[in-house]
Parts: sequence; C-alpha cells; structure tokens
Amino acid sequence: MLLKRIAPQLIALAALILLVTLVYPDFLDISFRDGRLVGPVIDVLKRGAPVALLAVGMTLVIATRGIDLSVGTVMAICGAVAAWAIASGWGLAPALLLALAAGAAAGLWNGLLVAVVGIQPFVATLILMTMGRGIAQLITEGRILTFNHPGFAFFGSGTVLGLPVPAWLWLLTGVGVALLMRRSALGMLIEATGINRRASALAGVNATVLLIAVYMASGLCAALAGIVVTADIRGADANNAGLWLELDAILAVVIGGNSLLGGRFSILAALLGALIIQTIDTGILLAGFPSEYNLVIKAALVLVILVLQSPRIAAEWRIWRESQRASREALAERSRT
Amino acid sequence: MKIRTLLGSAAILAVTAASALAEGETVGFAQIGSESGWRAAETTLTKQQAEERGIDLRFSDAQQKQENQIAAIRSFIAQGVDAILLAPVVATGWDSVLEEAQEAEIPVVLLDRQVDSSDELYLTAVGSNLVHEGEVAGEWLVNAVGDEECRIVELQGTTGSTPAIDRKTGFENAIEGHDNMEIVRSQTGDFTRAQGKEVMESFLQAENGGKDICALYAHNDDMAVGAIQAIKEAGLAPGEDILVVSIDAVPDIFKAMADGEANATVELTPNMAGPAFDVLEAYWADGTAPEKFIQTESRLFTQDDDPTGEYEARKGLGY
Repeated sequence: MLLKRIAPQLIALAALILLVTLVYPDFLDISFRDGRLVGPVIDVLKRGAPVALLAVGMTLVIATRGIDLSVGTVMAICGAVAAWAIASGWGLAPALLLALAAGAAAGLWNGLLVAVVGIQPFVATLILMTMGRGIAQLITEGRILTFNHPGFAFFGSGTVLGLPVPAWLWLLTGVGVALLMRRSALGMLIEATGINRRASALAGVNATVLLIAVYMASGLCAALAGIVVTADIRGADANNAGLWLELDAILAVVIGGNSLLGGRFSILAALLGALIIQTIDTGILLAGFPSEYNLVIKAALVLVILVLQSPRIAAEWRIWRESQRASREALAERSRT
Repeated sequence: MKIRTLLGSAAILAVTAASALAEGETVGFAQIGSESGWRAAETTLTKQQAEERGIDLRFSDAQQKQENQIAAIRSFIAQGVDAILLAPVVATGWDSVLEEAQEAEIPVVLLDRQVDSSDELYLTAVGSNLVHEGEVAGEWLVNAVGDEECRIVELQGTTGSTPAIDRKTGFENAIEGHDNMEIVRSQTGDFTRAQGKEVMESFLQAENGGKDICALYAHNDDMAVGAIQAIKEAGLAPGEDILVVSIDAVPDIFKAMADGEANATVELTPNMAGPAFDVLEAYWADGTAPEKFIQTESRLFTQDDDPTGEYEARKGLGY
C-alpha cells in the first residue's frame, strides 16, 4: 500500500541516479574516511536537507489546501536570530531555542492571517515572504553575521555515526512527523480540513486551531532549515539564505505526487521529491556542464518527471496498452480461424 | 597685450576665490541604497572623504529605486548644490534629469556604475575595470605557480552578470599562453557563501577528493570563504594544498589570509568618492575637464600585506 504510493517517486529517483551515473560514473561510490562517509550520495543527503525539511512542513500546509511562500524568508530570519544569539554569547541551547521560537512565531503569524483573518494563504504568506528578509537584514545589520562556535557549526558540518548531521535532521523530522500523522488521527483531520474545511468543522474538527498548528509546523521546519544553512557557512547571510527555496519545497511536494488542491498527502513521497531535486542539482554540478545549462537541464528533467507522473498520461498509457492487447488478440483470433 | 594681462589676473583671482571656496562646497550624493556590504562601505567612505575635505555632503538613500534617485537629484538641483555624485541603480532613463542638472550648471560624477546617456551629460565616471581585476588575480596565480602543472577550479558569479563575465575574461587573459595552467572546472556559485561551499564540495568530489586541484579562483571573496570551509572539511589545507585567490577584499577574506587559508585578493575599492572629489576640486578651481572614465586602482593583497591590520581597518566600514 505504502510502497505503491511512493512507487512513481522511487522509479523516478532510480532512473535519475542511472542517468547521473552515465555522465558521472563514480556517483554511487561511497568511502569511509576519518570517521565519516564520503561520496556524492552522501552530499545529496546532506545538501538536500534544507529543501527536505521545508518539504515536510509544506506537505502539511498544502494538504490543508494552503501554501506557505514565506519559508525561505523564515529560514533567513531564524538563521539571523541564531547567529545573532551565538555571536552575542548566549550559548548553544538558547540560540537554538530562540531560532525555533522565531520560526514558530512566524508560523503563528501566517496561521492567524489564514485561519482567523481569512486571507488567502497565497497572499497571507506572501506578506511575510517580502517583509521577512527586511527583518532578517535588520537583525544582521545588512552584513553577513559570522561566528566561531564549533557546537553550532556541528549542525551544518558535523557527523553522527558517519552520516552528516543535516541528513539526520531531515530523516528524523520526516519520519517523526509522518509517524505522528499516521499513528494518530492528525493526518486524517488535516486531510479532512483540506478537502472541505466547513464540513470538517461541522463534523467537530477544530479547523482553526489545526490550520494555525500546521503553519506553525511549517515555520518550525523552516527554522530547522535555517539553522542548518547558517551553521553550514558559519554565518547568517540575510540576503541569500533560503532565497527561492520555497519554490523548491513546493516542487518537492508536487513531485511527491501531492495535490496542490489539498487532501491526501504523503510526507515520504515529498521527501523523495526533495531527494530527486537535490540529485538533479548535485548531478549537474558533478557532470561539469557550463553553468548556463544548469537551470535548463533542471527544468527539462522536472518536466519529464511530472509529465510521466500525471494521471492523464497514465490513463492514456493504460488505454493504449489495452487497445494494443485487444488488437493483438483479435489478430490471434483471426489467424486461428 | 593689456587685455591678456587683464584676463590673466582675472583667472588668478578666480583660482584663489575657488580654492578658498572649496571649503564648504555642497555636494549631493544620490546613493542606490544598502544592497550589499560593499555598498554600505562605499557610503561610509564617501561621508569620511567629504568630512576630511570640509565638503558639506547631502546624502540620499534611494532604496534601490530609480524614481527615488531622480527625485533626489531634482531636489539637489533645487537646493543649488555645487556638484552631484550619482551611483545609478540602473543604466537607462537618466537623460532628462542629467539635462536638468546641466542646465543648472551642476557637474554630475557617476560612481561605480555607468549610464547609457551621452557622456556630455556628466563630468566623469569613477569606477573599477572588472576585466583588469580578473587579470590581476590571474597574474598573481601565474607568478605563484611558476612552471608547475596547475589545475584550476573557478567559482563564477551569477550567470550572465557583468562582473562574472568580465572577471572570467580577465583571468583567462592572464593565464593564456601558460600551458601548465588549465581551468578544469568552472561553475556558478551565485556570489554567495552557501553556493560557493556547495559547488566547491562537488569540485572536490569530482577531482579525486581535491588532490588534483592546485588552485581556486573565485569571482568574489564570499564564495571563496564558503569554498575554504569545504576544502577544510575535505581534510585539505586551503592556502597550501589548494591556493585560493579571489576578488573584492572584504574583511572576512583578510581574516582567512591571516590564518593562512587564503592567498590573495584583488581590491574593488569602496573609495570611489576620493577620486571623484579630487576631480571636482580641480574642476571648481579652474574648470579642468577630466577624462570621461577614471579607473580606480585594483590593488592586490597577499598574506604579506598585514592581513590582520587590513581586517581591523575594514571591519568598521559597514561591509
């Protein structure tokens, strides 16, 4: 059941890895050096962390028939908050908590605008998307706020059991949230709200609280992503951190076969979508094409994957196969007589 | 004869009057806004330069909008300033407001960026030659590696942007004819630290864990700073195993140079106002018309140029 749901994504990922291996034969090589795993695949797991983390929150938001355009900006804010706290000597735990609190607050703001004020999610989150980078710039005073703190840098470039910390972060977040959604009724309630908010409210679902909570979850995921990218470069770059990543996150959710119209969702498939995007990115870098081709190649591959996944194409394919079989049988029938 | 003496003494009078007036001249500065650390440093240095020379500077921050800059220039004209400095946010659409300044006989000096208008509409433009910057970086590397084989990786700026194209061209000019040097990989790092680090990781991966790379050329310091972290995490020593040369001379690259992790940087000076004021003072004194483009120096800094001192001197400029 689960395997059938994520089969298209798994096939797409496998085909993509095959393609990348053709242009860069060592893609699947993994070696063990100085207590850490090294190799392109490990890079994909590590570099995919921001989009994968964002995709977890974005899946939930999209399942409620919403969208969160502010996540890239929230990353910048949370990164700036964390860097500011570290640089002013607050210590690791308070800095992390402060960053997560900033993410939750941003989510609360979005959630209130959507669920209570009733602004369309696209517009409501657009407000924070445009305004937030200014907030981040205010915190960093317009410069790249750097710090030297090995404990915080660990979240960007450290390893646990050989695997990079960012990879652990998105794996644990993804699995944790997916289990929470499916082992409790939460996932079903979110889907119900996405399909018909009024009907689910009449059925006794507290849709308002649920919506706010979903946007806060998205904010928290963005905060984690912000912590990862800030720790990675040991500095908060308010202008560039998370820039356009909201679009990659939405793309990951869509490649994961989740409908932008809300309802049924799969976090696992969205995470595979994030991996697909990162495999394309890393593959392009390793292949060594001139950089003018990067975006064209990425767009072409995404297009192919989405077209192959579309239900319409699948239906046409089935009809075509049926008709082939029918004509073959008719032919066999005629030759027999 | 008599007329000529008269004219001569009038000119001398005018000169003395002008040099007395150079103190307390008013200059309007239509700045783009605070788009980057470099821009902030340019603003700081312009204010410093004006203060040192006793010039009364009127500052306008356009917040990256051309209409704000045009409005600022109009208000400077209305105030009757003695000169206008303009860092144009875009290249086009300046004709009419520059004509207004010309009619009011106020000289305009362009800082850092150029405009598409006829060069008769402004006094001069002060800026850096981006191709030359790339050449200076390339020449440093040519001298540093000598005759040894050198496989270079390049981190480009934003694809299609003028600095990326010109800095690439300049560097290629410099290493041309040196058959021991070759750019083996070249990718865009979008001028950011994060991208610089990510792309460098893939370069290291693709070039035998970085053992086959002799040098890194980054189109700006920020990408180099990101790449240096990637090199360290791959277990190599940046600055020794892989030479690092970049452009801009922002404070953080001096920190890296002080630690021996970067080798050289080419300065894109934020002091565009200094040469501009020099030109204006000469112009006010006796109407000397300068050349239409004044190229700022692209100075090379290496580990021998007191990187710690340079870092201290720069970190307060708002980079």
